[in-house]
Amino acid sequence: MIEVKNIYKSFSGVSVLKDINTVFEQGKTNLIIGQSGSGKTVLLKSIVGLHEVDRGKICFGDTIFNELNFKDKKQMRTQMGMLFQGGALFDSATVEENVMFPLDMFTEMSQDEKRDRANECLKRVNIINANNLYPAEISGGMQKRVAIARAIALNPKYLFCDEPNSGLDPKTAILIDNLIQEITQEFNMTTIVNTHDMNSVMEIGDKVMFIYKGEKWWEGTNNDIFDSTNKELNDFIFASKLSQKIRDLKNSNQPSS
Amino acid sequence: MGLFYHIGKYFLLLFRVFSKPEKLKIYYRETIKEIDKLGLNSIGIVAIISVFMGAVITIQTAYNTENPIYPKYLIGLTARDTLLLEFSSTIVALILAGKIGSNIASEIGTMRVTEQIDALEIMGVNSASYLVLPKIIASVFFAPFLTLMSMFIGIFGGWIAGVSTGVMTTQDYVYGIQYAFIPYYIVYALIKIIIFAFLITTISSYHGYYSYGGSLEVGKSSTKAVVHSSIFILLFNVILTQLLLS
Repeated sequence: MIEVKNIYKSFSGVSVLKDINTVFEQGKTNLIIGQSGSGKTVLLKSIVGLHEVDRGKICFGDTIFNELNFKDKKQMRTQMGMLFQGGALFDSATVEENVMFPLDMFTEMSQDEKRDRANECLKRVNIINANNLYPAEISGGMQKRVAIARAIALNPKYLFCDEPNSGLDPKTAILIDNLIQEITQEFNMTTIVNTHDMNSVMEIGDKVMFIYKGEKWWEGTNNDIFDSTNKELNDFIFASKLSQKIRDLKNSNQPSS
Repeated sequence: MGLFYHIGKYFLLLFRVFSKPEKLKIYYRETIKEIDKLGLNSIGIVAIISVFMGAVITIQTAYNTENPIYPKYLIGLTARDTLLLEFSSTIVALILAGKIGSNIASEIGTMRVTEQIDALEIMGVNSASYLVLPKIIASVFFAPFLTLMSMFIGIFGGWIAGVSTGVMTTQDYVYGIQYAFIPYYIVYALIKIIIFAFLITTISSYHGYYSYGGSLEVGKSSTKAVVHSSIFILLFNVILTQLLLS
């Protein structure tokens, strides 16, 4: 479980996050949604410690992560896996070397054991026969899956995904979403996903937090969204005609009370 | 104020770079890769420039000493001392600042803007140390070899040019390069190149590590890395010359 308490963050005097409070539960896929520039990525990077928060607490279980020293933070991070927007695979390393990197760095496994573990992770994300290819030689969807394989190589307790579907076609995007949800349940991880993809919200949003202008505006499950009267949330979620039609259809099918 | 901010940030980066490595084996492997990338790949350009500079120094010295009162061996002596004292350390360092400085800044800068450095941090890796320390060790270790090589090739280039243009004989040149030889000049050049290599690597890494934005910023960082490395090489050249030769 990850708990954020009264988080504030600003850059050069511009306030980006204001008084964010929430709990991200273990074994669930927790989604942070919001428009571009609303502060989603800043919140995610603040949670993992890539940005220092101005005020507030970030608790991983009983540990206040943002109050740890550099050494303890480093230790704590070995329990985290993160999927970045662009994949962030190491260009100069092959697919297999990318997945083996955290194993090389933090385990005493033999070369064969590391290779077996890397293959296991790659198989889990349906990457086969691509071990010796470089990131530039594989598609965007494959890069995201390799990045997930790398993120889960050390069996992390926490998984963070920053816009995992950006730049992907709808079919591949759903594949990635489902993979994240399956892995979360399989390894009982606490997963936080940043997205503005509505399909993701509907598919995997066990818990959804909507951020508007740096503030927590709404919180609930993906099913609660249809009943919400929050104007900003509705404007964001039902921005397209297709999503409006889905909402109208769902509302018309509900028995009147 | 800006200058002190950058100096402070530079030393904070160095503090992180020289902290205890996570796994020595991995750092050793990376250092070998960097020796290949930064050192071995620079042999060609250093050799080409050294041979031509040796040739030019010899011919220029010959034309400026076209007087019977100057002995011919003076050409070899001047070429030797110029190469040993200044060219093979300072000029080679300036060439390396252009070649490996831009390479380091653009490599680390690209890793920064594509979030590869963030990925390292999230894994619990000290990204500053992992990315910069092997480069420092590789360049500080290999640059003296480049300097020694440059000395030999420069002197060889001077001989080829001098003899082929007929400005002196081989005997005069060989006598000149042996005349009043001070071995300390080689030590002086090696001390200088070690410090220059450290400056090039750390300044370029600093600019790359703190690149933010996109490809345009990486390009700017690369340019800054070369310019600032060159300025600091020249500044330290004056300081070291005063300290080591006075």
